[in-house]
Amino acid sequence: MTLTIKEVEHVANLARLDLAEGEAERFKGQIDAILSYVEKLKQLNTDGVEPTSHAIPVNNVFREDNIMQPLGQERALANAPDKADGCFRVPKVVE
Amino acid sequence: MEFEAVIGLEVHAQLLTNTKIFCGCPTKFGAEPNSQTCPICLGMPGVLPVLNKKVVEYAMKAALATGCEIQSMSRFARKNYFYPDLPKGYQISQYELPIALRGHIDIPVEGGHKRIGITRIHMEEDAGKSLHEGIAGASHVDLNRAGTPLIEIVSEPDMRNSDEAVEYLKRLRAILMYLEVCDGNMEEGSFRCDANISIMPKGETKFGTRAELKNINSFRFVQKAIEYEIKRQKALIMDGGKVVQETRLWDTQKNVTVSMRGKEEAHDYRYFPDPDLVPIEISPEWIEDVRKSLPELPAQKVKRFTAEYGIPEYDAEVLSVSKALANYYEETAKLSGQSKAASNWIMGDLLRFLKEDDREIEESPVTPKHIAEMIKLMDDGTISGKIAKTVMEEMYKTGKMPEDVVKEKGLVQVTDTGAIEKVIDEVIAENADSVAAYKSGKDKLFGFFVGQVMKKSQGKANPGAVNELLKKKLAG
Repeated sequence: MTLTIKEVEHVANLARLDLAEGEAERFKGQIDAILSYVEKLKQLNTDGVEPTSHAIPVNNVFREDNIMQPLGQERALANAPDKADGCFRVPKVVE
Repeated sequence: MEFEAVIGLEVHAQLLTNTKIFCGCPTKFGAEPNSQTCPICLGMPGVLPVLNKKVVEYAMKAALATGCEIQSMSRFARKNYFYPDLPKGYQISQYELPIALRGHIDIPVEGGHKRIGITRIHMEEDAGKSLHEGIAGASHVDLNRAGTPLIEIVSEPDMRNSDEAVEYLKRLRAILMYLEVCDGNMEEGSFRCDANISIMPKGETKFGTRAELKNINSFRFVQKAIEYEIKRQKALIMDGGKVVQETRLWDTQKNVTVSMRGKEEAHDYRYFPDPDLVPIEISPEWIEDVRKSLPELPAQKVKRFTAEYGIPEYDAEVLSVSKALANYYEETAKLSGQSKAASNWIMGDLLRFLKEDDREIEESPVTPKHIAEMIKLMDDGTISGKIAKTVMEEMYKTGKMPEDVVKEKGLVQVTDTGAIEKVIDEVIAENADSVAAYKSGKDKLFGFFVGQVMKKSQGKANPGAVNELLKKKLAG
């Protein structure tokens, strides 16, 4: 299994990564190596094996609907690179 | 060419839990920005979400109340996309294994009912809020809402016009409010609606390309937005154009839908099972426990009201719109012992007053006791139906009990035949021409005389006595 450069660029775009010149080609090689390993796993015979999403056989872990003390505004914003009016300040999202 | 619209609805309902879906932060609306947050809902690295059991129970209630099949096994998935109000870079939702499938809601249509299918119900977390307006060169993010529990209820594309869509939404909202799992507040966003709309030539079975209308926050906007969108698509096709699949927004100022094209990435959410949350296994016993806790729902109430109180289905529907109104009606019917009169006074007068003042039934100055006592005053002949109208108005204005209103305003019905006779004599004397005409065979004039007598007595004369005495006098 090999990816096209276009697919690499698409994945980079989804992950909001700016690829520098030549990086798409470099990552393509690395991703191909990972994918071919997954291809190898695919050769295993999994007839009769239930699809698995979790490695441990545990279901139904719940908490009760009880209020815990929240961090509060000041501490919540303490590490924010930019803030204003009690909010996180981010680059404008819509015009 | 005649076209038919195809409408499917996605509703996001905020659940009335005390805390968020995966952490213990409170969910109260209107708190200081970012004050109800913790490392989990802020999306800090290394934290572990734990599912609020109440969310599962509320979702099960909604599922059972809409006839859905609760799935014995379901799980959460990550929906990946970037937006500043989504701190983790993914929303925890359900994807290929939602908690419930295949339900329905019946809506009234001309000449009967129509069944609107529900495809699925799933649980998910809400995102935070981005604020753009009045902020130069930046957006502000408030994460109080991030992690608030939602259920998404996805309908089948079974609706064919805006009326059906609104009817479905009203019923779904009433059910969730009866269950007390959602407060139904559309303005605050506790009950939000997206609509998928396409059109096709009448008789066609293959659906056209659809547009998705996002976040319409009132029934009136749903109606208008769908109607506008159907018109827009028709015009487009008639002009030889094509509908493109896209997200559109309802512009409440201009009353049009606007394309969001270009402002949106192609959908590529790369869902995968969330490894932090273990699967949910629901046993038949658990389902039965929840089923037993369900309250009487609107549709059952309508049936019982028509059977038990002998009121028409239409009345029962109106009175079952909310639990509070249904309770109000039942109390009035029981206190007065007159279920039909109770329904008439509530539907005819009280609901009109409340609507004019934009008040809820809970805020009514007139209680069931007020109406019941008033009905009793009518029954024992103290007041006529006409006076009762005045009493009702006065009770609504002042909150006073009907006996007091009647006493203070001197509204007691005149049953004293002597007094009524006196009025009748006056009317006969003043209308000699009409009396002559009546006597020469114009029977229809009788109503005119009754009207005159009632007017002269300011509505206080007992109508029965008036009829009887008038007949006698005119015959004499």
